[in-house]
Amino acid sequence: MKKILFVEDEPTLQKAVGEILTQEGFRVFSALDGEKGLELIKKENPDLVLLDLILPKKDGFEVLKEIKENEKLKDMPVIVLTNLEGIGDVEKALSLGATTYLIKANYELDDVVNKIKETLK
Amino acid sequence: MGAIIIGAMLTTYYIGIHYFTPEMLIVVLGTTTIVLLIVGHTIVASFERIAQANRMKSEFVSIVSHQLRTPLSSLRWSLDLLRGGRLGEVNKKQEEYLNIVNESNNRMIDLVNDLLNVNRIEEGRFEIKPEMFSIESLSEEVIEELRPIANKSGVVINLYKDKNIPSTYADPNRIRMVVENLIDNAIKYSKKDIKDKFINVGLKQEKDEIRFSVEDNGIGIPAILQKQVFGKFFRGDNLIKQKVEGTGLGLFIAKGIINLSGGEIGFKSTEGQGSTFWFTLPIKK
Repeated sequence: MKKILFVEDEPTLQKAVGEILTQEGFRVFSALDGEKGLELIKKENPDLVLLDLILPKKDGFEVLKEIKENEKLKDMPVIVLTNLEGIGDVEKALSLGATTYLIKANYELDDVVNKIKETLK
Repeated sequence: MGAIIIGAMLTTYYIGIHYFTPEMLIVVLGTTTIVLLIVGHTIVASFERIAQANRMKSEFVSIVSHQLRTPLSSLRWSLDLLRGGRLGEVNKKQEEYLNIVNESNNRMIDLVNDLLNVNRIEEGRFEIKPEMFSIESLSEEVIEELRPIANKSGVVINLYKDKNIPSTYADPNRIRMVVENLIDNAIKYSKKDIKDKFINVGLKQEKDEIRFSVEDNGIGIPAILQKQVFGKFFRGDNLIKQKVEGTGLGLFIAKGIINLSGGEIGFKSTEGQGSTFWFTLPIKK
């Protein structure tokens, strides 16, 4: 069973994404802030990370940077899932090593699941 | 401001020296200075207030829009689960109402996105990322995407294009927004009571530019309203006394995008006969 970590500070979004991913056969972990996220990434070694960018304690860019700078974690795919949509933000996240950049408000839940499946292929 | 006060005082002094005794001159100059300082201060303060009000308005729109997007996303995804039957079987009536909620939610998301874009355009913060791309493929994709909606309204979409349309230099994601908006408007404002409803999308090369156009035989725009078409919150639905969905911000955003891309946008319309909206884009960087 593939493991997915969702780092997101909005519990209602966590619930909805957690529900569909569990139904799709994934094991889902969640973290409400960046620090907790990194802690779980190291502890659980998930197959994929879904990462929001505006997060308490440590923002998504920092989390992404730390994942990509860590020899053991750097190949872990990270899908950014955020409502930040500045070109600068997108470029920064992609140059830091994010696999895909999705803007929440523009995607249906099924699209998000499809992107995850595509990435894990 | 200081220069104006000194200038005014010198003028008062040179004029006053001929008419007043030295004591009176001091009183006149003193009074002039006080009056000028008060007037000056009021003018500067009111300019600052206007600037501040504008800043506050922009910040307000931006914060509200961003804050709205999170709950709207929650709503959308929770609805996706419900509508997809992932939380249990949904009966016909429930499905009908879930679809209504979903439609309304999508309209709110569109409105928030449009307001954010308008705010960015007005503040000069709207970003574009130009690259060479095929506007021909983009137009074909958008037409196929909107064809089912057009079919529902009984509108036929045709594409007339020159052979070998060269690539253009612009931001494909932003240009897609404009192309979608123009074709979508042509569908929305088609006539209800005629048989042969059409939309002719055209692509032509004219010197160093590509000219994209959308011609329809819809309701057209009355001459009296034509000046407002690219303004904010221009909506055609009061013209036809029927409800048409939309924020009234699409053409304002379209104009902003095309201007930023180094092109021009315009239209020709006759009430009761139809409209042709067009824009141009540079071929070269």
